[in-house]
Amino acid sequence: MNRFILTCAAIACFASSAFAKPTLTVYTYDSFVSEWGPGAKIKSAFEGQCECTVEWVGIQDGVAMLNRLKLEGASTSADVVLGLDTNLTAEAKATGLFGLHNADVTVAKVPGGWTDTTFLPYDYGHFAVVYDTEKMPVPPKSLDELVNGDASQKIILEDPRSSTPGLGFLLWMKSVYGDKSADAWKKLKPRILTTAPGWSEAYGLFTKGEAPMVFSYVTSPAYHMIVENTSRYQAADFVEGHYLQIEVAGLIAASPERALAEQFLSFMLTPGFQNEIPTTNWMLPAGETSVALPASFDSLIKPSKTLLYTPDEVNNQRRAWIDEWLTSVN
Amino acid sequence: MADVSELNNNRTMAIWGFASQGNRWMLFAPAVVSGAVLLGVLPLVHFSLQRGGTFGYDAYIFRVLMFTLSQAGLSTLLSVGMAIPVARAMVRQRFYGQNFLRIVFAVPLVLPVIVALLGITALYGNNGLWGGHIPLYGFWGIVFAHVFFNLPLSVRLLSDRLEATTPEQHRLAAQLNFDDRAVWRLVDWPTLRPTLTRVAALVFMLCAASFVIVLTLGGASATTLEVAIYHSLRLDFDVSRALSLSSLQIILSGILVWLAGRFLWQAPLLGQLQTQNRRFDGNSLLAKSVDAAALTIATLIVLPPLIAVALAGVLHVNFTTQLLYALLSSFALGAAAALLAVVVAWPLAQLQAAGGKLGKFALLCGIAGFMVPPAVMATGWFLAFRFLDGGVGLAATLIVCLNALMALPFMLTGLAPAAARSNLLHDKLCASLGIVGWARLALIDLPSMKPVLFQALLMGFVLSLGDLSAVTLLGSHGLVTMPGLIAQQMGNYRSADAGGSALMLAAICLALTALAHRLGKQG
Repeated sequence: MNRFILTCAAIACFASSAFAKPTLTVYTYDSFVSEWGPGAKIKSAFEGQCECTVEWVGIQDGVAMLNRLKLEGASTSADVVLGLDTNLTAEAKATGLFGLHNADVTVAKVPGGWTDTTFLPYDYGHFAVVYDTEKMPVPPKSLDELVNGDASQKIILEDPRSSTPGLGFLLWMKSVYGDKSADAWKKLKPRILTTAPGWSEAYGLFTKGEAPMVFSYVTSPAYHMIVENTSRYQAADFVEGHYLQIEVAGLIAASPERALAEQFLSFMLTPGFQNEIPTTNWMLPAGETSVALPASFDSLIKPSKTLLYTPDEVNNQRRAWIDEWLTSVN
Repeated sequence: MADVSELNNNRTMAIWGFASQGNRWMLFAPAVVSGAVLLGVLPLVHFSLQRGGTFGYDAYIFRVLMFTLSQAGLSTLLSVGMAIPVARAMVRQRFYGQNFLRIVFAVPLVLPVIVALLGITALYGNNGLWGGHIPLYGFWGIVFAHVFFNLPLSVRLLSDRLEATTPEQHRLAAQLNFDDRAVWRLVDWPTLRPTLTRVAALVFMLCAASFVIVLTLGGASATTLEVAIYHSLRLDFDVSRALSLSSLQIILSGILVWLAGRFLWQAPLLGQLQTQNRRFDGNSLLAKSVDAAALTIATLIVLPPLIAVALAGVLHVNFTTQLLYALLSSFALGAAAALLAVVVAWPLAQLQAAGGKLGKFALLCGIAGFMVPPAVMATGWFLAFRFLDGGVGLAATLIVCLNALMALPFMLTGLAPAAARSNLLHDKLCASLGIVGWARLALIDLPSMKPVLFQALLMGFVLSLGDLSAVTLLGSHGLVTMPGLIAQQMGNYRSADAGGSALMLAAICLALTALAHRLGKQG
């Protein structure tokens, strides 16, 4: 009897796998597949052209995603991993899990161009100090003005140990001040209201009016203009240039759906994917869109210079830089 | 009193013959809990050894440890210290709005920490209504926020315990013309003591494991052991370091349990004939003023931030399908976790009440959710169950288990002393009538402990309702719970909507607590 049931089950499994469409499992961060994220629309757009099913697996964020892959190793069920940034790609490559994407890298439009054959970008955004114009009519015009400015005008930062923008600010400081960044952090310290564990906490405190400045993205004001219809919150343009975040995706080399994964990564840089990015992920598209960006994106500041460490530099130095930061702010 | 200690000794001696009394099934509870803990820790040890990890401590850790001990110690002292007079006032006075206050005290437990923090900053922050009076960012801000969360919790747990003094005690006290001090010394304090130790240990562990409060208000320099463990797992993926730190946390909890064990006095045994409770103390002007002052201070600490949360959220309650879905998920997960926790907590409470070595072990099992950090537990479980490839069903099961484990210490704070008391009252009767095993459970223990069980179930449910960590750590697989929805809203510029959802969660918690209160009274 048991054997009969097992046989039936085996036949059922075989039948379903033979006739069902293939499934592409994509690891991504939670907010990508939340109610406001681009996940649902991108899924249906890709399913319309691939004869497959896209299964999103939402994981807290990029760092958690990478740790998940390290735990799972070669037996991961992911075919595509979407939502790492360039600060994580060197570490991700070192797992040996990722394969070449075989896509044309010149299609990717990000500041500084793109050459990585393992990861492909899907959006990018410059970090920026966002300020409340009602409380701070004259924002700092440079990182140096922020560091040396009036200590009663506070800023809310994020912790580089637990937050992507937090790490972004640390790298920004490092790329501007180099060896002198420990001193710069000491000078900045009285201006820091607090260092929140994540962007959500920091931005929540900021919009409650706890401080006139917060560390966020150049695109943040676009949200307030489009959804809340207010231009009260603006990003400050810094003369030293702005640090860049580029979000990327890659495929798992050993995936049984390798061809489908490659197809997805190519699709990622087409309008079917890119159109959703600006007003759901609040980042700038890294590929061609078929609809124009909303008008308020034109009013955003356009950083004159882009600052960015290579993935290897970040991977090799991150621990030392974080330790340096910890000692300077304590 | 000699009678009591003799009975205790008998029970202690009987404990190793416990299984023969038909209660062998109770041993499943410590087995389940230790199994769960081992499933959390062993895969990580294996993973770490495979990669040649080394274990050790450094100076940074000891600074973290000192900070943890000082802020948690002070927060506990203030929360529990203030809770004692407030709890006494709650039981010996009758005043307008008393039930409301009692129910409101349940709300901080369910609120997502960041939402409550925004409520606190709305009052005491730089831009707050009474801004500038409390240095909110820094050590004192952390302590204040911890008191906001833990004072009402302590008041609830302590006043539940005081309510359990028998009417005969107060009648006798009145007949003997006890003054208020004598009532306190001879009736309330002996009743409170066993619970007090537990409540203090619970609050201490809560503050030591506190996460969002410490980081948001304390900034980079404020770090607890739990945060350091989280960082080592998340940022460096240094499993060995996480395990080294966890062992420190386990040692710390062990010391705490040892201390608590030393002070776990037994409540006095007194017969109870009727259920209508009435007290005769607290009538002097002095007593009334002291009580009024205690209640006012507690209310001023707890209520205004909650009102701020309500005001911020009231215009943003949107009944979207997403919200209803999140509510349903939270309800299902919360109910399952509460049931599972109570099924394990009940035998643990009995074993603790019985004392002996097994009782001490049950005490440890009860706080396992605090000893091993959830981040470690979740990672270990993930490794252990990965081969099942279970998707959302497995994720939900593990979330329920983790929530249940984290609810155990809260439940046992009320259940264990109640079980001890119930046993003292009924052991001799049951022994003489030969009522053992399931018959005793169904006929004696369950009916007599019904109100306490209700409280424990509610506590577990509310706790799981407000918990985000289990879902975050174990992966949501598309499950969106209420705290998850609120976090998503916060993470997508929609902190106003998050306020609306949080208000919804708080309102549900209020309604449930009110309902349970009513049911508890009938039961």
